[in-house]
Amino acid sequence: MSGNREQPKEIKRREFIGMTVLAAGAASVAPGILLTVAHATAEAEGASSEVRWGLLIDSNKCAESCNACVDACNRENGIDLLQRPQGQGDEMWDAQRPQWIRKVKLKDNQTGEVTNLPMMCQHCEFPPCVDVCPTAASFKRADGIVLVDRHTCIGCRYCMMACPYKARSFIHQNVEQQTLRSPRGKGCVESCNLCVHRIDAGATTTACQDACDKDGHQAILFGDLRDPESALSKALREKSSRQIRADLELNTGVRYTSL
Amino acid sequence: MKKLHYSELWCSSPRYWGGLAALTFIILLGMAAAYYMEHSGHWVTGMSNQVVWGLPHVFAIFLIVAASGALNVASIGSVFGGPLYKPLGRFSGLLAIGLLAGGLVVLLLDLGRPERLIVAITHYNFKSIFAWNIILYTGFFTIVGIYLWAMIDRKAQKFYQVTGFAAFFWRLALTTGTGSIFGFLVAREAYDAAIMAPMFIIMSFSYGLAFFIITLMSAYWWASRELGSHRLEKLKNLLGVFVGAVLYFSLVYHLTNLYITQHHGIERFILLDGGVYTVMFWLGQITIGGIIPLFMLYSPAFSDNRFAIAIASVMVLIGGFVQIYVIVIGGQAFPMNLFPGKEVVSSSFFDGVVAAYTPSLAEGVLGLAGIAIAMTLVAVGARMLKVLPESLEDPEQGTA
Amino acid sequence: MDSSTGILRAAGLTLAGGVVLLLSTAVYSESAVTSGSKAAGMNSCVAPTAEMRRNHMDYLKHDRDSVVRKGVRDVNNSLADCIECHAEKDGQGGYHPVNAEGQFCSTCHAYLAVSLTCFQCHSKTPEQKQSGAASLSGGGSSGQEGGLGLLIQSDEAAALSVEEMVQLHAVFREE
Repeated sequence: MSGNREQPKEIKRREFIGMTVLAAGAASVAPGILLTVAHATAEAEGASSEVRWGLLIDSNKCAESCNACVDACNRENGIDLLQRPQGQGDEMWDAQRPQWIRKVKLKDNQTGEVTNLPMMCQHCEFPPCVDVCPTAASFKRADGIVLVDRHTCIGCRYCMMACPYKARSFIHQNVEQQTLRSPRGKGCVESCNLCVHRIDAGATTTACQDACDKDGHQAILFGDLRDPESALSKALREKSSRQIRADLELNTGVRYTSL
Repeated sequence: MKKLHYSELWCSSPRYWGGLAALTFIILLGMAAAYYMEHSGHWVTGMSNQVVWGLPHVFAIFLIVAASGALNVASIGSVFGGPLYKPLGRFSGLLAIGLLAGGLVVLLLDLGRPERLIVAITHYNFKSIFAWNIILYTGFFTIVGIYLWAMIDRKAQKFYQVTGFAAFFWRLALTTGTGSIFGFLVAREAYDAAIMAPMFIIMSFSYGLAFFIITLMSAYWWASRELGSHRLEKLKNLLGVFVGAVLYFSLVYHLTNLYITQHHGIERFILLDGGVYTVMFWLGQITIGGIIPLFMLYSPAFSDNRFAIAIASVMVLIGGFVQIYVIVIGGQAFPMNLFPGKEVVSSSFFDGVVAAYTPSLAEGVLGLAGIAIAMTLVAVGARMLKVLPESLEDPEQGTA
Repeated sequence: MDSSTGILRAAGLTLAGGVVLLLSTAVYSESAVTSGSKAAGMNSCVAPTAEMRRNHMDYLKHDRDSVVRKGVRDVNNSLADCIECHAEKDGQGGYHPVNAEGQFCSTCHAYLAVSLTCFQCHSKTPEQKQSGAASLSGGGSSGQEGGLGLLIQSDEAAALSVEEMVQLHAVFREE
C-alpha cells in the first residue's frame, strides 16, 4: 500500500469510486475482495480529453511492395485468426473479410506521379459513423479514438454506409478463435482502433508503426495531436500535410504528407 | 346516399384459404432463409463490406415507403374530405399497418444481430436518423391503430378528425425520415441530396396507392363483392398523377446532380455506363414504372378496363422496386472518390472500382416473405375487422 | 462439481449479511470450480462465492463499460481475469475453453438454461505465454501476461476483511 501513496490524486479518486460502487453493490462484498493497486498507472487513468491520438503518414516513405503494416495489424488484432469460409472466392473474401488497414497505390491524373499509402479509420473529430449509429455503439473516446462498442452494436451497418473512407468491416462469419486483447464476433462492425489496448497500457506506438519502423521505412508516426511537444505535432508543423476528403470538414486524426 | 355497411371479409371460398396458405408458405420459406443467413453469417449473402445494404434493404425500404403511402387514401377521406375515399379509409389504415410490419420484419431479420432488438429499443442516439425512425415506426403503428379504431368504433368517433390529422402528419414525418436515411449520407455522391426526402414522399404516394388498388381489387374479387367503376377510376387517375410526379422528381434529382461537376461521375454511372444499374434505371424505373403505366392509366383505349388498371398498378410497384434498388445498391456500387484528381492503381479493398453485388436466393426469399407478411396481415385483418364495405357500388349520380 | 447450484443460490439469497462469511467457505467445496484451474488453488474469488454467483454478470457489465467506453482498464472485474483463473489446463500446455461442456461457465449456465453470449466474441482461453503477449510488453503492466484489464496474480492477491476494507476507505478519504 505504501507505494500507492505516491500516485497522483486522480488515480486514488477513481480507485476509491470503484471501491465504493463495489461495496455499495452488496453489503457483504468485503470479506473476499481482492485488491490490486500496484499497477495503477495508465490503465487506471482511462482516456483523457487532454490528449488526442492521431497518426501522420508520410506517403513518400511508404514503400510500394511493402505490406508490413497490414500484416502487423492483422496479427495484433487477431484478424489473421479468421478462417476463410469454405468455397469462397478470392474477390468475395477480400470484400467480406475485415480490413482495418489497407494499402492503396495512386497515380495522379495530371502528372502521373505515383503515391503509396495505407488507409484506415481516420479517427475524425466529427465522425459520421458516430452520428448515424442508432444505438450509440459507435462512439468517440475522450482521447479522440473512434471505435465500436460491440456490446451494443446490432449490426445494422449504417455506419458503414456513412463512413467516407470505407474504413469499417462487418464480420460476415462465425469466429472460432480470438485473442484476449481483440474480441471479435459474427454480426458486429469493427474498425481500426489505434491499438487502443496498447495505448491504454501506456504504449506509445501502434502495431503498424512498429512494423513500419522495423522495416526501416518510418512512414507512420503515432502521437498526441494536442501536445505541441510531441514528435507528431512537431512533424506536422514542419511539413505541410493534408486530410483525405478535407472537403467534408471532419477534422481527421490521421494526416498524410506528400500526398 | 345509401347507408354503408362494413363487414368482415367472410368467404369460405378456396380462393381465400388457398391464398392464405400460399402466403404462409412464402413466409415459412423466408424464415428459413433468415435463419440460414443468421446462422452462417452474412458471408452466404451477396452483401459485403462494399455493398453493405443489399436486397433485403431494398424490400424493406420499398415496403416502409409504400406503407406510409397506403395511408394516403384514408387521409384524403378524413383530412381533405373526399367523400368517395371515405369508405376506403379503414382498409387503407389496415394496409398501411400491414406493409410497415412486413418491411420492418425484413429489416430486423437482416441485422447482424437481430437478437439484440432490445438494445435498439433501449439505447438511443438521438443524432441518428435511424434511431428517430425507430420512434417514427412505433409511433406510426400506435397512431394508425387508434385512427383505425376511431374509424371503426362509433364510440371513438370523436377522435376521428384528430387522429386523422395526426396520422397524416406522422406519415409525412415517417417518409421524410426514411428518405433522410440516405439524404444525410454526405460521403456518398448518390445520396448527398436534400431532395431525397421529398422524393421519398412522392414515391410513397405512388407505391402506396398502387398497393392499395391491387389489394382492394383482390379483396373484392376474393369475397365476390361489388367494386364500382367510378370509384376505381378516381383511384386510377390519382395514381396517374403520382406516377407522373415521381417521374418529375427523378428528373429534377438527376438534373440537379448534372449541374454539380463533382456528381458527374455518379450521373454517368446511373444514366449511361453503369451496366445493370443503367438498364434498371431506364427499363425498370422509367419505362416499366413510369411511361407504360402512365399510358395505360390515361389512354382512352384502356379507360374501362379493370385488368389494365391492375397491370398498371403492378408495373408501378415493379418500377418502384427497381427505383429503390438503383438508389440503394447502385448508390453503393459506385466507388467513393477518396482521392480526387488521382487514379487508384491498386488496392486490396476495391478503391475506385465499381463494387460487385449479386443478390443471393436467401436475400430474395426473405424480402418476398416481407411482402407475404404484409399481405397476410391484411388478409387476416380484413377477415376479423370490419374494414371493407359490403358493397362499393358507385353512388348514384349527383350524390357524390 | 455437482450442479445443484440453483438450490444453493436460493439458500444464499435467504442467508444474508453476517452469515455470508461462513457460507462462502461452505459453498466452496461444492463449487463449479474445476480442479485444473488456477482458481482451484485460491481461497475465494474477487468476492464471496455466493456474491459472485448472484452478481458476476453485473460486475462484468459495469467494468466492461468503463473499459470500452472510458478506457479505464485497471478494473476489478474483467472477463480476461475470469478466464485466466477459471480455465482448466488440458494437460498439453493449453487450456480447455472455459465455456466448454463440464467447464466452469457452462456448468451453471447449462443448469439454469441461461445462454452465455460472452464467448461469441471473447476468447475462451487465457493467452498462451509464448504467443501474442510479447507485443504488449511495452505497456505499463510490468510482468503481466495478456495486458488486457487487470490481472490478479495469485501471489499478490490479498483478501480483505470488512475492517480492512473500512480502513482502506478511510485512507482514501484522508487524501
